Amino acid sequence: MEVALFWIFAALMLGFGAAVIFLKSPVSSALSLVVSFLGLAALFLLLDAFFIGIIQVLVYAGAVMVLFLFIIMLLDLKTERARKLNIPALIGGLMVVVGFIALLVKLLPDFHIAKPALARPVNDVASVGMLLFSDYNLPFQIIGVLLLVATVGVVLLSRKELK
Amino acid sequence: MTLTLGHFLLVSGLLFALGLAGVMLRRNIIVIFMCLEMMLNAANLSLVAFSRFRPPIDGMPDYNAQIMVFFIITVAAAEVAVGLAIIVALFRAKQTVHVEDLNSLKF
Repeated sequence: MEVALFWIFAALMLGFGAAVIFLKSPVSSALSLVVSFLGLAALFLLLDAFFIGIIQVLVYAGAVMVLFLFIIMLLDLKTERARKLNIPALIGGLMVVVGFIALLVKLLPDFHIAKPALARPVNDVASVGMLLFSDYNLPFQIIGVLLLVATVGVVLLSRKELK
Repeated sequence: MTLTLGHFLLVSGLLFALGLAGVMLRRNIIVIFMCLEMMLNAANLSLVAFSRFRPPIDGMPDYNAQIMVFFIITVAAAEVAVGLAIIVALFRAKQTVHVEDLNSLKF
């Protein structure tokens, strides 16, 4: 059952991930990416990471992709007109990708590790929260400052007159 | 047949390769940006997989990697906001999102 679910959601994620690249219209790409992220969130749930899975749906499939769609519609982007393919870039890009996958397939048999059994049911929101406010308190504060800086920066960048 | 760490790493690697291919092949700067997000998410998947497949500490998974994923998601959200604002400013100046038309630093 678990294995079947894994393959279903992995296929969903990779299929719609490929659709992001191959669909010509940016809006279709963005909507495919939403489905791809939902599949990824399901894989997080299979790994008992419920908190991360929910955050993935809320932040990525919700906020980030809405922002993308909003910008695509704001700029009123039409389907790209077909251009001459840049052949050297195409070959170079495919070589890098194929090399990466070949390396992956070569290394993968070293990771034949089964899922360890857990003594207690996971309570991951509490555990992540405890770590976040004890061991990782300083990075947590820095992230808060980063978000503030990003917000101010975005407001500054999107003013009409960029001096 | 049970799930192993290799399954998750394979899927994560394939998602990363898809994102990489998208960055290399697409010419629309917004789609390139989406493919970057895909690559970040592939890294997140492998981090969560490693977190779950490590020997449990005190009967629980190792949550340090999940904290890292949390930070990656936060930074990625900030990055998307700033990046899209830059793209909008770029579009106002040049009226295009095609990377081959965006070839000068100063305008």
